[in-house]
Amino acid sequence: MPAAIDVHGLTKSYGDHHAVRGVDLTVEEGEILAFLGPNGAGKTTTIEILEGFRDRTSGEVRVLGEDPETAPLSWRERIGIVLQESEPVPELTAAEAVHMQAGYYTSPRDPAATLELVGLAHSADQRTRKLSGGQKRRLDLALALVGNPSLIFLDEPTTGFDPSARRESWGMIDALRELGSTVLLTTHYMDEAEHLADRIVVIADGLIVAEGTADELAASVDAATRITWAPRPDDPRPPERLGWTSDGSGGALIETNDVLLTLHSLTSWATQMSIDLPKLNVARPSLEDVYLKLTGAPEGGDA
Amino acid sequence: MSALTGLIRQARFDLLIFRRNPAATFFTVVLPLIFLFIFTSIFGNEEIRPGVRAATFYVPGILALSIISATATNLAITMTTRRERGVLKRVRGTPIPAWTFVLSQALAGLVLCLIMTALIVLIGWIVFDVSLNASGIPSLLISVVLGALSFAAIGLALTSIIPSEDAAPAVTNAVFLPLYFVSDVFIVSEDTPGFIRLIGDIFPVKHLSNALQESFDPFADGAPWPWQHWLVIAAWGIVCAAITMRTFRWTPNR
Repeated sequence: MPAAIDVHGLTKSYGDHHAVRGVDLTVEEGEILAFLGPNGAGKTTTIEILEGFRDRTSGEVRVLGEDPETAPLSWRERIGIVLQESEPVPELTAAEAVHMQAGYYTSPRDPAATLELVGLAHSADQRTRKLSGGQKRRLDLALALVGNPSLIFLDEPTTGFDPSARRESWGMIDALRELGSTVLLTTHYMDEAEHLADRIVVIADGLIVAEGTADELAASVDAATRITWAPRPDDPRPPERLGWTSDGSGGALIETNDVLLTLHSLTSWATQMSIDLPKLNVARPSLEDVYLKLTGAPEGGDA
Repeated sequence: MSALTGLIRQARFDLLIFRRNPAATFFTVVLPLIFLFIFTSIFGNEEIRPGVRAATFYVPGILALSIISATATNLAITMTTRRERGVLKRVRGTPIPAWTFVLSQALAGLVLCLIMTALIVLIGWIVFDVSLNASGIPSLLISVVLGALSFAAIGLALTSIIPSEDAAPAVTNAVFLPLYFVSDVFIVSEDTPGFIRLIGDIFPVKHLSNALQESFDPFADGAPWPWQHWLVIAAWGIVCAAITMRTFRWTPNR
């Protein structure tokens, strides 16, 4: 089965500004892929090229077998788009907005069922201008789904949301998995990418710097485990061989890639000295650390 | 779904949206009627000749105002607003053909204009004793249909030069308000200075109000046929439709 999205050597320049500098990307049919990167990394530029809203400078792009720049209108029958910023028509109710949108497709989903799917059935008769931010985002998703697309683009679906609204949206996007849709979503939240996506592609400064599952990304990055504790003022100084440093606020910190051995040395020394190690903590590198490491030094990465 | 069904379906939604938009409804429906009542109150509605009331000269101007509000003003403002709020971009991401969407706007405007024509003619007749000769009806209908479509094209072309949602009412009023005064919409003056008359002659507003006035002319010999005015209105419509096709934007300026 051909890939839903196939991109080779994509670039986009605005004069001297190179927003996208050579992106390769494959999204398989039925896959949920997160396009992860900080603001200004080139995520939205890339996704809008795939959606057919922008022309590229160079590179090969195939979306559902078509080049978005030359695809016929029928290509849009199979694509659903949630834009980063798009208001519904304020004068219509949620149900009317979905009905109007359904009329643009030859074989749409049932509008009422679509509202049900995104959990907006009870607000169907509300004017869209009266909907809350979270409800508007649900409506956005309903409008993207009502055409019964096989591929869905979500551009930063939860940006600006409070944590509970984000959790709620995640539930909705999880539901897309059950519909069997292919989804490409952009986000600048690592935890969102980890939660929602089968696979994560990290973009920074217009280049792809890493890709894989969340675990693969974590493993690929040489981020150390952090062992910390809070020595008492009259505790003896730990030996230098442990490679410890002060964490700047009175605590002690050891960064290590060999957790077992380092812990053993530390605890042996502590036992020998008859001291405990208050607030001893062992922290594996968080995804956030991995992300920062990946996007912080894109020039050093092998892109 | 055939193209025509799609067109009519969208136009019905556009009319629903218009009906629920208080500003658009006020400027298209209520304000022209208020002007009609004000003019007849200030200037009176004397019988200037047997069977001919003064309001016979106000009604066509008011109708022109209503047609332009329903099409050019309304579309310039709502389409700019929809563009800047990302509504049009979302439409662009669906399989509806661009021309279906744009033409439906003009079609909805035309329906509005026909309703307003019926309303204004009826109020003129019942309240102000303004009669429309049967021989003037074809000319009236042609003027209304041509005016509605051309001014819809003018409104759509205007959106290309309006940079933002906030600027839309300002730009639109800056264009049309002065034109109303030199285009026999509010005042019909015989001794206007030459350059004012020239401005009126160049732009299509005066040609619309004059074509409507000729349709209402109680002294007309036979059926009025103001083809020179129609020609100018149509020329503006065609040029603006061409401009729209080349410059209409679907994505916000941000």
